[in-house]
Amino acid sequence: MEVDQLQRSFLEYSRLLFHEGFLDGQFSQLQLLQDESNPDFVLEVVSLFFEDSERLLNDLTIALDQQNVDFKKLDAHVHQFKGSSSSIGAQRVKNVCIAFRNLCDEQNAEGCLRCLQQVKQEYLLVKTKLEALLRLEQQIVAAGGAIPMLNEFC
Amino acid sequence: MGCEIEIDQSEDMDIVLSSMWPENINEAGRQFNIERPGADQDMLEEVTINKESNIVDFKRLMELTNYSDKGNWQLANLIKNWEYRQANAVRLLREELENLSKQQEEVELKKLEILEEHRFEKDGYGGDKRPISVLDEHLKYLYQDAPRRKNDVIFRDEKIEIDAEYDSVIYWKQRSMNLEKLLEASLQREQILLGKLQESIENLERQSSPVEELSQVLMRADNFLHFVLQNAPVVIGHQDKELRYRFIFNHFPSLREEDIIGKTDVEIFKGAGVKESQDFKREVLERGLPAKREITFETELFGTKIFLIYVEPVFSKTGETIGVNYMGMEVTDQVRKREKMAKLREEMAVQKAKETELNKTIHITEESMRAKQMLATMSHEIRSPLSGVVSMAEILSHTKLDKEQRQLLNVMLSSGDLVLQLINDILDLSKVESGVMKLEATKFRPREVVKHVLQTAAASLQKLLTLEGHVADDVPVEVIGDVLRIRQILTNLVSNAIKFTHEGKVGIKIYVVPEPHSLTKQDSQKMSSDQTTDSATMGKELLMSEMEEDKVSHPDAEEPVVWIRCDVYDTGIGIPEHAMPTLFKKYMQVGADTARKYGGTGLGLAICKQLVELMGGYLTVSSKEHYGSTFTFILPYKVSLISDSSDDSDELSHTENQDFPNDGNDDDLHSGIFLFQPHTLASQRSGRIPKLSPITYGFNASQRLNGLLEDSSSPSSRITYKETSLEEDAYSAAGPMEASSDLEVSQTHSLLSNNSCSAEKNELGHSDMNNHFHPYAHSTSSSRVSENTNKTSETSVSQERYQTHEERDRASECSSSNNAEIPTAELKPKILLVEDNKIIVTVTKSLMKQLGHNVDVVNNGAEALRAVQRQSYDLILMDVCMPVMDGLQATRLIRSFEETGSWDDAVKAGIELQLPPENSSPNSQQKKPGKRIPIIAMTANALSESADDCFANGMDSFVSKPVTLQNLRQCLQQYLPE
Repeated sequence: MEVDQLQRSFLEYSRLLFHEGFLDGQFSQLQLLQDESNPDFVLEVVSLFFEDSERLLNDLTIALDQQNVDFKKLDAHVHQFKGSSSSIGAQRVKNVCIAFRNLCDEQNAEGCLRCLQQVKQEYLLVKTKLEALLRLEQQIVAAGGAIPMLNEFC
Repeated sequence: MGCEIEIDQSEDMDIVLSSMWPENINEAGRQFNIERPGADQDMLEEVTINKESNIVDFKRLMELTNYSDKGNWQLANLIKNWEYRQANAVRLLREELENLSKQQEEVELKKLEILEEHRFEKDGYGGDKRPISVLDEHLKYLYQDAPRRKNDVIFRDEKIEIDAEYDSVIYWKQRSMNLEKLLEASLQREQILLGKLQESIENLERQSSPVEELSQVLMRADNFLHFVLQNAPVVIGHQDKELRYRFIFNHFPSLREEDIIGKTDVEIFKGAGVKESQDFKREVLERGLPAKREITFETELFGTKIFLIYVEPVFSKTGETIGVNYMGMEVTDQVRKREKMAKLREEMAVQKAKETELNKTIHITEESMRAKQMLATMSHEIRSPLSGVVSMAEILSHTKLDKEQRQLLNVMLSSGDLVLQLINDILDLSKVESGVMKLEATKFRPREVVKHVLQTAAASLQKLLTLEGHVADDVPVEVIGDVLRIRQILTNLVSNAIKFTHEGKVGIKIYVVPEPHSLTKQDSQKMSSDQTTDSATMGKELLMSEMEEDKVSHPDAEEPVVWIRCDVYDTGIGIPEHAMPTLFKKYMQVGADTARKYGGTGLGLAICKQLVELMGGYLTVSSKEHYGSTFTFILPYKVSLISDSSDDSDELSHTENQDFPNDGNDDDLHSGIFLFQPHTLASQRSGRIPKLSPITYGFNASQRLNGLLEDSSSPSSRITYKETSLEEDAYSAAGPMEASSDLEVSQTHSLLSNNSCSAEKNELGHSDMNNHFHPYAHSTSSSRVSENTNKTSETSVSQERYQTHEERDRASECSSSNNAEIPTAELKPKILLVEDNKIIVTVTKSLMKQLGHNVDVVNNGAEALRAVQRQSYDLILMDVCMPVMDGLQATRLIRSFEETGSWDDAVKAGIELQLPPENSSPNSQQKKPGKRIPIIAMTANALSESADDCFANGMDSFVSKPVTLQNLRQCLQQYLPE
């Protein structure tokens, strides 16, 4: 593919992600932080996020699987998850986390389970999207192009 | 015999009757409903009947009884009663007679029998005795009615007597004698009976005098009525056609018979209600229908009383009304109660209505609160993405752009900033309005605040303005108040003043004033519009009283309250008179063109005012168009008496010395005067360095300032305001738009273009104002400069510039920096990031790098303590929620160390500190206890509760997560020496 075409689809794709609320301004900040001195910054952070999220989701699943759910512990995990997701701008995950924390406060195990499913789903969604975006980015880089700046927010 | 029994029986009957009734009243008495149990028969006698209460015109009564229908009826009743009694007597007599005649018959029969016996004797002398027995038998059957027992006895006796000698002459003689005797006895009995009959008839005659009986009956009825009515609150009367009293019962005690009888109401009483009652009676008289009415009397005789009056007409036999019967009952108490009840009911209804109203109001309030809350939430939601926009634009502005792009970008930045500012204002306002905003009471130094505010303002100054500040000698060194808010107000007012002032000066003047009541007057004279003062004063008084209570709880001498007045004056465009009333209203600006020309949200002054009032002071303005404005706020502060003690000493050494008039270290700030000349304009554009060039005037400072104040006593101004935490950034963002025209010039004048635009502007400033040029503004020369400027880091530029400053200047700006550490700190501030989330760490690190800082990272509070122990930091970014030890506790422990110089508390909290004691002692020497590291919280939610927690635990500020370039930068600018 042509570089500019790649760039176009990259832009379009990121615009879509913003538009659908998967990502927010925080992700753009990350993108902006990526420069020559730190060319893989976004990838780094995102991979870190994936890693961290999977661990957290695992912890959450285990925590909710207990006979007596330790809501404090659960809440701590969700808090972590919320922090990570908001830091990379995974807005929808973050939003579910906020609801999740409220349910933890209410000690609503059923609601928590529902939220866990939801957060998993959102996570997988954003993961797929991010992976796709990063692939595009790598393609652009491979093709020798510069990663275009996203100049639009949702 | 039988008759005796009969009489006995009738007597019995009489006794029964008399036990039920008074002797002279028989069943007919029931018509009067008199029922009196026998045991209580004496009751009447015991009750002395007050005859006095009854005044009767007897003649009239007779007339009445004779002529009125009622009288007739009553008479008829009495007669009927009498007749009944007569009939009864007759009946009794008849019965007696019947008995007697029966007995007579019996006697006759006996006679006959005897005669027959005699005949038998004659006819069949020696005949059998059967006929006798038959007759005997027959007789028995014949006279069944007669009491048999007695007869039997009698006959038996006779028989016994006769049995002697049957059929002899003696027998017959005896027999005839016996019979003779019997006959005699019978006659005797008859005689007795006749006598008795006679007696009974005589009795009857004696009893039956009707008048006597009637009057007795009447008397009893009368007595009974007396008995019932004498204590009843009832007046009964009869009045004739002319409404003159003919009869009254229970009249007023002090009136005598002659006072009433024959007189009308009006003649007897005087006062309200008398006439009415008379008219009412007359009305009844005329209409001929009974009626009731309640009449309130107000007479001299018995005061205020309410009577329920019943009046019925009395008709003569011919149907004419001849008078009225009148009955009055006193119902004063009842009426009062009734009225009270009605009142209560009315009150209840009112109460209920009020309640409903209140509920409605509550509902509306709730609604509006919700709306406000929503506005706040929305604003909050808007802020996050918007800050993204602005920070992106900012970052973009650091890239290489051509002139046009830069202009566009500048516009974009300033617009974005305006919106941000607006949102912040809205959030602030809603915080104040919803009462969420809490005031802090912290020690602060007014001089320092004034200086900082002016510095900050000077830093973003785009105009040729002189900024001056004067703090009077009598202002305490340290006072207690909410320094953040006060700073916010000051900044607001100053930036407003600057905004609307194109030449001349803007200044702050602070001095102590007496208790502000007298001052209010003085002030309102000065004010062209004082309508705002009223509400303000009210608020103040309210808060004052609270404060007074506070004072009570502490000993008075400990923390006296001092009122400090702060004038912010300018020589700007002034405020037109017509705009005064709406000046402090939300979203109001002087005019549409003002908004166009000067921008702003119109919220700034409203917030200032609310804040001032929240703190118990008041804000006023005086202004003269084209000459300038003066905004004045007066606030109460507690004076901290424990100031200047040991814990200040090291701060004094580098920061505060200049502010203390008597310190003698610095001549510059000898009299609390700060002056910022306009020559530093350009350098601030680039580096946002508050260029402090304090100038000491040889002459009396207060005189000069008074002069200044007079200059600006009739000024006018418009105010825009920036939240304190945002101020520097906001200025920098707002700057480019206004400076855009300069930019073109700067392009042409630009000498140094290897730098970013900020550097260009820098140059522009210098060239424009070379006459005021500050010598050291040029001396930006160090290897680090180029390095940093290449990285588009303004902060480093400013840092470098700082190095060239005198130590004192630098220190005065950098309260967080320590003298001992200057050599390292000024090159690169040491920053510690405490955060457990790897992603946040990565992002924050990267952001900090972007801002030109390296950070040390630790993952929890305990590690942070160790890090702080190991090394001195200029700034700590602290996550709040962390495992092992959270940020709040860590901050507390660090503060505790700073105060005490020992880590005892931390050790107590179970933190293993790495350093052995011998190491730690030089360490603590190096970091003199008391030096305060700025600690910035990183919180997940920017809501005020959590901010309160942060402040309460000793944190200085907070940034909300996710951390962005922008809020990091703000924070660094505020807390790192630049």
